[in-house]
Amino acid sequence: MDNFLEKLFGKEKKSANTAKERLKLVLIHDRTDITPGQLESLKNEIIDVISKYIHIEPNKVKINMTQEGKEHRLIADIPISSTPNRRK
Amino acid sequence: MNAKVVTISSGKGGVGKTTTSANLAVALAQENQKVVCIDGDIGLRNLDVILGLENRIVYDLVDVVEGRCRIRQAMIRDKRLPELFLIPAAQTRDKSAVSPSDMIRLCEELKDEMDWIIIDSPAGIERGFRNALAPADLVLVVTNPEVSSVRDADRIIGLVEAEEKGPAQLILNRVNPALTKRGDMLSTDDVLELLAIKLIGVIPEDESVIVASNRGQPVSFANNSKAGQAFHNTAKRMLGEEVPFMDIEANNGFINKLAKMMKFRGD
Repeated sequence: MDNFLEKLFGKEKKSANTAKERLKLVLIHDRTDITPGQLESLKNEIIDVISKYIHIEPNKVKINMTQEGKEHRLIADIPISSTPNRRK
Repeated sequence: MNAKVVTISSGKGGVGKTTTSANLAVALAQENQKVVCIDGDIGLRNLDVILGLENRIVYDLVDVVEGRCRIRQAMIRDKRLPELFLIPAAQTRDKSAVSPSDMIRLCEELKDEMDWIIIDSPAGIERGFRNALAPADLVLVVTNPEVSSVRDADRIIGLVEAEEKGPAQLILNRVNPALTKRGDMLSTDDVLELLAIKLIGVIPEDESVIVASNRGQPVSFANNSKAGQAFHNTAKRMLGEEVPFMDIEANNGFINKLAKMMKFRGD
């Protein structure tokens, strides 16, 4: 019955997948001892520094920590604004 | 003989450390190994009741450490398996009654006479865990496929590495195949990916474990339960045997069962 309803109302995410994704984040924060709050202020400072040199779009900046096996990585995705200057 | 000291740990309570300790001890003893298990949970001992040896306690771990008896006197011989011994924890003291160096000394003394020393660590990451970790040659981390116990297991794995006692190996306990199949329980692969350590045992959730604890007769004594078989397989892997993992998460449909029966009989 549960399955039937799920199919009827679109796929609800399996709880095991939710658990896995939540755990991935929690473990990264536990291991690196960096809280989501600290990551947020790190992000803001990075935006400030980069903005001194390049026009970027602050609300599109993404900073994430990822894990592959035992390696952890800080990944920053910083889109540069398309400035009208460039086409001149 | 030069016993290997194996510490069973988890961080979180209630994931099956004591059950695992008891069953691995029984399974190893059935493989003709001389095994002593030590209850590291001073103040909250339970390995004695799980093994059904609670009525035979005269001396305990703290009595040995404080010199009130010789180590031999505190070792309870299991009459069902003459090569299996238990050193119970003291019930009326606390973790501080024993130090990590006491544990190292105790294990050194036992090493010559035994093949395996199994230490049942208490929950937590404080003194009791430190005591259990100090003499370890190998740490087995027990976890359930569930968020809080996986998270705590990760902490333990980190602490074990920091103490240069790693790499720890994983026992995934209480796996419920129906829930896993439905996508409502983390799979073995999920947990391995998250924790990035070597797997040594997968134990299915099994009502026989409750019955066994009621009776004080660990499931590994008989070979008729899934959990018992899984513990025996784990013990064999500890002895260096290559044992394939039970396919407890596999599809249990009729066709699959039939296909499996034709491929290989039993686990």
